[in-house]
Amino acid sequence: MAQVEASGPMLDAAGVPLKASLARAERRNRLKALGLVFPLLAFILITFVYPIALMVFRGVDNPTVSTILPKTAEILRAWDGNGLPGDEAFVSLAGEFAFASKERTLGKVATRLNYELAGSRSLVTKSGRKLKKLEAPTKEDLVEIDKRWSQPETWSVLKRLAEPYTFAYYLAAIDKTYDVDGTVVDQPESRQIYVALFMRTLWVSLLITGLCVLLAYPIAYLMAILPTKTSNLLMIMVLLPFWTSLLVRTSSWIVLLQTEGVLNDILVWTGIIGEDGRIQMIYNMTGTVVAMVHILLPFMVLPLFSVMKTISPTYMRAAKSLGATPARAFWTVYFPQTVPGIGAGSILVFILAIGYYITPALVGGRTGQLISNFIAYHMQQSLNWGLAAALGGILLAGVLALYWIYNRLVGIDNMKLG
Amino acid sequence: MATALPPYVGPLGKAWHYGFRFICALIFLFLILPILVIIPLSFNAEPYFTFSEGMLAFEPEAYSTRWYKDIIDNEQWLFSIKNSFIVAFFATFLATGLGTLAALGLSRSHLPGRSAIMGILISPMIVPLIISAAGMYFFYSGVCIPPEWSFGMLEEKACLTQSFPGVILAHAALGTPFVVITVTATLVGFDHSLTRASASLGATPTTTFFKIIVPLILPGVISGGLFAFITSFDEVVVVLFISGFEQRTVPRQMWAGIREQISPTILAVATMLILFSVALMTVLELLRRRNDRLRGVQET
Repeated sequence: MAQVEASGPMLDAAGVPLKASLARAERRNRLKALGLVFPLLAFILITFVYPIALMVFRGVDNPTVSTILPKTAEILRAWDGNGLPGDEAFVSLAGEFAFASKERTLGKVATRLNYELAGSRSLVTKSGRKLKKLEAPTKEDLVEIDKRWSQPETWSVLKRLAEPYTFAYYLAAIDKTYDVDGTVVDQPESRQIYVALFMRTLWVSLLITGLCVLLAYPIAYLMAILPTKTSNLLMIMVLLPFWTSLLVRTSSWIVLLQTEGVLNDILVWTGIIGEDGRIQMIYNMTGTVVAMVHILLPFMVLPLFSVMKTISPTYMRAAKSLGATPARAFWTVYFPQTVPGIGAGSILVFILAIGYYITPALVGGRTGQLISNFIAYHMQQSLNWGLAAALGGILLAGVLALYWIYNRLVGIDNMKLG
Repeated sequence: MATALPPYVGPLGKAWHYGFRFICALIFLFLILPILVIIPLSFNAEPYFTFSEGMLAFEPEAYSTRWYKDIIDNEQWLFSIKNSFIVAFFATFLATGLGTLAALGLSRSHLPGRSAIMGILISPMIVPLIISAAGMYFFYSGVCIPPEWSFGMLEEKACLTQSFPGVILAHAALGTPFVVITVTATLVGFDHSLTRASASLGATPTTTFFKIIVPLILPGVISGGLFAFITSFDEVVVVLFISGFEQRTVPRQMWAGIREQISPTILAVATMLILFSVALMTVLELLRRRNDRLRGVQET
């Protein structure tokens, strides 16, 4: 038996206090664990997290005016914003416009100003073209080229653009804008599209989630009560779509649903509809919803099934033996136990639905477009990257909030794949 | 579905029993039919997307393999198939390596800030693809090698956008969460006394790793790798944003086909992809069985 002195600390074989030696061993283990995780963490932070942070930042970044017209921007930032700025602002603007026009960078300013003040693209390009020919242009020259240079509105918009950061894109993403005095107001009604679009995306995602619960619940239940051999066979029917390429599934819905497609042909052939009564089922919201329910259904079935599998059938038998009708036994005994599965599946499906891009783009037509499609539109066609970033930032915030809830409720560790 | 009903079930119970099964059959049909319908249509002799009368009457001349021949004759398809395999192979390799290491670290109880780290590592799976693609586009188009740094290999500056390394890095990032999740799940049932036993018998940590840990977690690693592979193989949004013509993959080519000049060739490609996913599924199922057997889980 080891002799332990009552007063001194316990020592290990090397004579180091046991507590210190344990702490050292734990520290070593911690470092080892961190060392294993570090390569992937660094990889994800650099190739994924940082690019996304950069994009969200682009939604507030406002570099155009302050880099292309640096001196004017400085003067305007110092100006109090009342009425018209001093003459030096006019002179500096005229000089820098002429320079930027020669350098062919003025187009960016024109585009940027046009986002804020409709119709001002021509104002900028015209002014630049004419100022280029003038020697030492003055305030009067500028006003003569276009009367808008004598309007306070033009200057107050320019002042706002001179700031290196702006909330204008985020405001535009929720259908708001700055008015002449710089207060936040609603966009004109004809340009209010994004709030409605966000609402539509939310509504469609909810509808898809609801339909997925409705369709997944019966088949998950059936698979849970059948013997494993049979349910494994049925599981193949869930997993095959899960593993099949997204584009394959989308194109098969086009084949099935288009006006000259299989489903319409069957309806015509059976005489339910006439040859000229073919139903438009795709390239609209219906197409988007049907195809997306099909694509996301496995994500609902799998968590539901894994929850239902753990519910012992004896509970239902006990309830029935105590006199409950089958419906009542199901509703008060079985259903409450499946709620965690419904929750997990619903959040997952909702998160995936709300950011979906491919399917709406291919089968959504004009009316079935969701928020992602508009982000892509501003990225690729209108090239309004600030607005794309702001729309993306709002979508991302929503998804991350849901992800956080999912993590709290389900735990990412418990996510089931296949 | 042929579970016999007990004799005491009344007519209402019987109606419910069969009614419920009928509804379930319809839902399964909804899941599987759109995939199955493509296969016969890809053998359509006519350039239409619906069954011709000849096909319904099973006339041999209504069927043909012309659309499959179309793929083989079309250089663009062959080129994109090759690209898809190149990108998916390297992305899977990267994702599996990094993901497995990270999963080994995550499964140790000593890791500080575990849930936060896990949250970051899984995020590529959760963030909408369009946002990932947009972010990667902005970032990757700024990461460039000027010609003077390339030892004369480049004439102009080369950026990560419109390059194979760019697409591979992006796909690897998107694939890692699947590897982390599957390998961590395998490690949950891992008996750590095995590594201690190995060490006590004189094995070095390296020997223990390759002789004890690797064989036991291999099914999880392979199935994670398959997930990463299929993620890359099926991915189109990031490819749309950051790849150039030279990096066209199969989904990108299908996307163009569906949007621009839809032809039954797409159905032939789709059929081949379906067969490919059936093969992957089979491999996964075999791995799952092997994993269960190794862990001594009984089939119930």
